[in-house]
Amino acid sequence: MSIDRRNFFKTIGIAGVTLAVGKSAGATSTESSKTEFRGMLFDATRCAGCLECEIACAKAHNQPEPTDELKVDVLRKTSEVKRCAINYHTTSKGEVLVRNQCMHCNEPACAAACLTQAMYKTKEGPVIWRGNKCMGCRYCMVSCPFDVPKFEYFSANPKIEKCDMCYDRIMKGQIPTCAEACPAEALIFGTRRELLTEARKRIAENPEGYVDQVFGETVAGGTAFLYLSPAPFNEIGFNTKLQNSSYPALTKGFLYSVASVDVLLPALLLGIYSATKKNQSKEEENE
Amino acid sequence: MNKTRIITAKEHIPTFSWQFLFNELKPRGKWLTPFNIISIPIILLGFGLIVLRFWKGIGAVTNLTQEVPWGLWIGFDVVTGVAFAGGAYVVTFMVYILNMKQYHSIVRVTVLNGFLAYAFYTGALLIDLGRPWNVVNPIIGNNYGTSSVMFLVAWHFLLYMLAELFEFSPAIAEWLGLKRARKILAGMTIGAVIFGITLSTLHQSGLGALFLMAKEKIHPLWYSEFIPILFLVSSIFAGLSMVIFEGSISHKVFFDQISEKNKKAHNGIIHGLSKICAVTMFAYFFLQLLVFLHEQNWTLINTPMGYWFLVEMIGFVLIPMALFFYSYRTANIFTIKLAAILTMIGVVLNRLNVSIIGFRWDAAIPYIPSWMEIVVTLAVIFTEIWIFRWVINRMPVLRESPSWAKDDNH
Ligand code: SF4
Ligand code: SF4
Repeated sequence: MSIDRRNFFKTIGIAGVTLAVGKSAGATSTESSKTEFRGMLFDATRCAGCLECEIACAKAHNQPEPTDELKVDVLRKTSEVKRCAINYHTTSKGEVLVRNQCMHCNEPACAAACLTQAMYKTKEGPVIWRGNKCMGCRYCMVSCPFDVPKFEYFSANPKIEKCDMCYDRIMKGQIPTCAEACPAEALIFGTRRELLTEARKRIAENPEGYVDQVFGETVAGGTAFLYLSPAPFNEIGFNTKLQNSSYPALTKGFLYSVASVDVLLPALLLGIYSATKKNQSKEEENE
Repeated sequence: MNKTRIITAKEHIPTFSWQFLFNELKPRGKWLTPFNIISIPIILLGFGLIVLRFWKGIGAVTNLTQEVPWGLWIGFDVVTGVAFAGGAYVVTFMVYILNMKQYHSIVRVTVLNGFLAYAFYTGALLIDLGRPWNVVNPIIGNNYGTSSVMFLVAWHFLLYMLAELFEFSPAIAEWLGLKRARKILAGMTIGAVIFGITLSTLHQSGLGALFLMAKEKIHPLWYSEFIPILFLVSSIFAGLSMVIFEGSISHKVFFDQISEKNKKAHNGIIHGLSKICAVTMFAYFFLQLLVFLHEQNWTLINTPMGYWFLVEMIGFVLIPMALFFYSYRTANIFTIKLAAILTMIGVVLNRLNVSIIGFRWDAAIPYIPSWMEIVVTLAVIFTEIWIFRWVINRMPVLRESPSWAKDDNH
């Protein structure tokens, strides 16, 4: 069989399909990063450990209210029935309370991982989960550097659970229920820019009281949740080895190469194919 | 190619009818073989466990945790299984693109193996999905997560299954006696092959790229930005070792189906494949070494995980590679088969080390698969072998094509 015209077009057609697929695949979502993301600032020097935010969160999301006691250095984890958790750490600066929940990354690994955009960075800032899209592959859990998304393993209709910064409340013009519940104003809500300025101001006004770092400013490419702490962040349960650049960027190289491989490789293969075919027909003639 | 073939036996062209299909669906041969006795109860048990999983949730049958959300079903069934199915794209590349005719007799069986592997791993994937009813979302556009590696892998997976089906379809047409359809399908082979190789390159490396964002979660000896390349290169010898291994079993089990000519050629084929294994393993080992030096992992070697890394690299890459090189000269079939088995163990180790063993190796509660996960995995593999056997016994896969289909070489 020589490469007649019909086959040639067939192969070109297939190459064309790859081209189209490659193109759509190469295009990355250019989330308008200029919109003012909303965020939250947690100031560990102000938290009193009253768990009011946890209770409000549980109520708002139909989850069991916390019944356990807050004890020093006994880790309380978030789970599929608990979106946020206050923890008590012994540090070089004494005992420090810190709150854990989704960081609402500027460039979330979970959302980049999700093949259906069920995990989604809204233009308002919160990273939300959309059940009508999610297929439960748990790739978001694999990818999140903070181990935030949780999965309902014991349900026939499992959901991914994580803090959504009370997205529905924000859309109604309210503030997240935890920030509303916090009696000590340890947790405040605002635009990320305002909060960063506020955090910087607090450090400047009281350099003795804080470590000179706003956690969340750069980690993982920046997060909407920002932290102030009197003690180094690795002493209050944060993994300070996490990279400062965005996690989705780690896959960019691969994603970009997909389009070009999809286009160039078929052409190359077709070339080799015709070359070896020609050789063979020559050989056959000589036989 | 077969211009001089003398037609001896009276060839019978089956005509397509429902009666024929119905007869073909019935099992053939003896029932109480050792394989059946072992596999039937496991398949039944596995099926029961799958029912339990959909009834009570994934946690009811697996040991997965919030920290380790992917276990045996992904790490072994999908990530490892796909590497072993890599033989199909390598062999079709050799035969159709490089025109290495001597390997033609193994194309169909390799493609069939690849296709079934993909079909069944997709099945295994559905069991592992928490919300499988949404599985069509990335296909119908609810939504297209174009920045997701998994999205690309899923599409390349799906299209590759189609390509493999096209590559294999002439055999189905021959079985059903559909002359015209066969001619059309055979004409599409080369397109399917080119398409298939491209798709394979990307999803083999894509499976590695899935883990790129889990940077701090995977043990540094197994994490690097080069995982995609390492996965791609190792899929070449993983796939070919599987072809060698599967070929030597098929040649025993389906002895009566294979023509004298192909029986004689088989050792030559195995020897040829072993050479490719040797060279690609060398490239792979070299790459691993470069990555190791680049990441400056020296201090990690003197730890338990470091010893484990050495076991993988020396015991199951370096040694089988040496064996492959040794048989380069001696053409010792036994050595080649031994090397193929060691290589396969090495690939299993590598994939599990990236996806399970090295993944959150520091987790407070380490993940160890439950017996139920293992049974389901075995059930999937056994069912696949059942289908494989069913096809081999009916379609011209190992057997020569019927004479009416001999006009060209597809
Ligand atoms: S912390 Fe994790 S779950 Fe939250 S936005 Fe970032 S990557 Fe997503
Ligand atoms: S589990 Fe759901 S939300 Fe998470 S990556 Fe998969 S589809 Fe997206």
